[in-house]
Amino acid sequence: MRAIQYAAPRSLSDAVAILQERGSKARILAGGTDLIVQVGENVRDVDTLVDGKRIPELMEISFDLVTGLTLGAAVPCYRIYEHPEIKSHYSGLVDSASIIGGTGIQGRASVGGNLCNSGPAGDTIPVLIAYSATARILGANGERTVAVEDFCTAPGRNILQPDELLVSIHFPAPPAHFGAAYLRFIPRNEMDIAVVGVGASLSLDEDGNIATARIALAAVAPKPLYAPEVGYFLQGKAPSTEVFAEAGDIARSLVTPISDMRGTAAHRKHLTGVLVRRALQRAFERARA
Amino acid sequence: MATQIVSGKTAITATINGEARDWLCEPRQTLLEVLRDTLGLTGSKEGCSNGNCGACNVIMDGRLVNTCCVLAVEADETEITTVEGLATSDGLSTLQQNFIEGAGLQCGFCTPGFLVSTKALLDKNPNPTDEEIRWWLAGNLCRCTGYDKILSAIKKTIAETNAS
Repeated sequence: MRAIQYAAPRSLSDAVAILQERGSKARILAGGTDLIVQVGENVRDVDTLVDGKRIPELMEISFDLVTGLTLGAAVPCYRIYEHPEIKSHYSGLVDSASIIGGTGIQGRASVGGNLCNSGPAGDTIPVLIAYSATARILGANGERTVAVEDFCTAPGRNILQPDELLVSIHFPAPPAHFGAAYLRFIPRNEMDIAVVGVGASLSLDEDGNIATARIALAAVAPKPLYAPEVGYFLQGKAPSTEVFAEAGDIARSLVTPISDMRGTAAHRKHLTGVLVRRALQRAFERARA
Repeated sequence: MATQIVSGKTAITATINGEARDWLCEPRQTLLEVLRDTLGLTGSKEGCSNGNCGACNVIMDGRLVNTCCVLAVEADETEITTVEGLATSDGLSTLQQNFIEGAGLQCGFCTPGFLVSTKALLDKNPNPTDEEIRWWLAGNLCRCTGYDKILSAIKKTIAETNAS
């Protein structure tokens, strides 16, 4: 690795001051499982790593049934899937956190880092969108909150300004009769990048019909893709395999995948339909439970 | 600004295999590099340098990590177990002995990672199922054994630990 500089601020204000001083070549370091590799391979033009893991707000998990879940941007995956309240209330998030890399990666890698890495195939991003999660961003000019579906802009790029950092991700309190799930297709059972990934959520009304539904997809567009059309279609319908399959057909018509070594565009379109159906089915089973 | 930005060599202190160690390193150095080249702990191997193979696995503050994806400066004030920490003065650990006896290795390059990763698993879950073992070890790649003999060595270790 070429020479870099390193700082480990203990407060948000110190971190923002460093980002402001260093400009666009400074980047927040969370788990480092993407960033350290990218710097080592000269894929990202970074000269200063600002370690976020000593800033309390970035390492915080807080939950209550009224306000929901706040997940610090640098919290590693294992703390998510070992957290009793996250396990019982946000099983779709657990789906994602438990399939990123292997155990060693999950010991460091964070959901906030996955979001800021902004890869089109990022495994946590679709489910964040399905949960209507929001990103809390802090910069030299203050704070702003952005819906996760508006965070990524292109492969590896996002809306963060050079002086800004992601503090945390906020998940609304889970409504009654609500379920979410993340499913991905990879050629083996684990340790691979999604050929297609689908995050789905739905809630049921008193009659058991679909009140709301949200679908987002990974690896089928230049950025994680929110597909509101699928949600509109599902609203008010009675949940069934046929309806979920139809939702998959709609999603298939929305995606614009590329062909690469992981799969052809046609294969990805096919997988989109299958995974949307299955992810909705799983979200539905959880909503009903 | 209160926070220091480090560019040159920095003094880092950590507990490695129960011993207090300190070293000087630059921010660009990975923990793997420092373990091997500065501290002489060459058990941890550099396989892929990008988090895919697990040959550089150590246990850091109770969690399995890939040291090729950790900066040595990040290891300040941590507690680390490397493969060198598995054996005792009485000899190899049961797990290590069973890897040898059951041919859980051929070329041996991935073995330190498998041993450390398995230790992390058994510390947390002393009686894992086959599926749990395989899932846990998904981040450790072996191109020789086909994994089955690794699995039997681990299961033999579990059985022996339970019997003792």
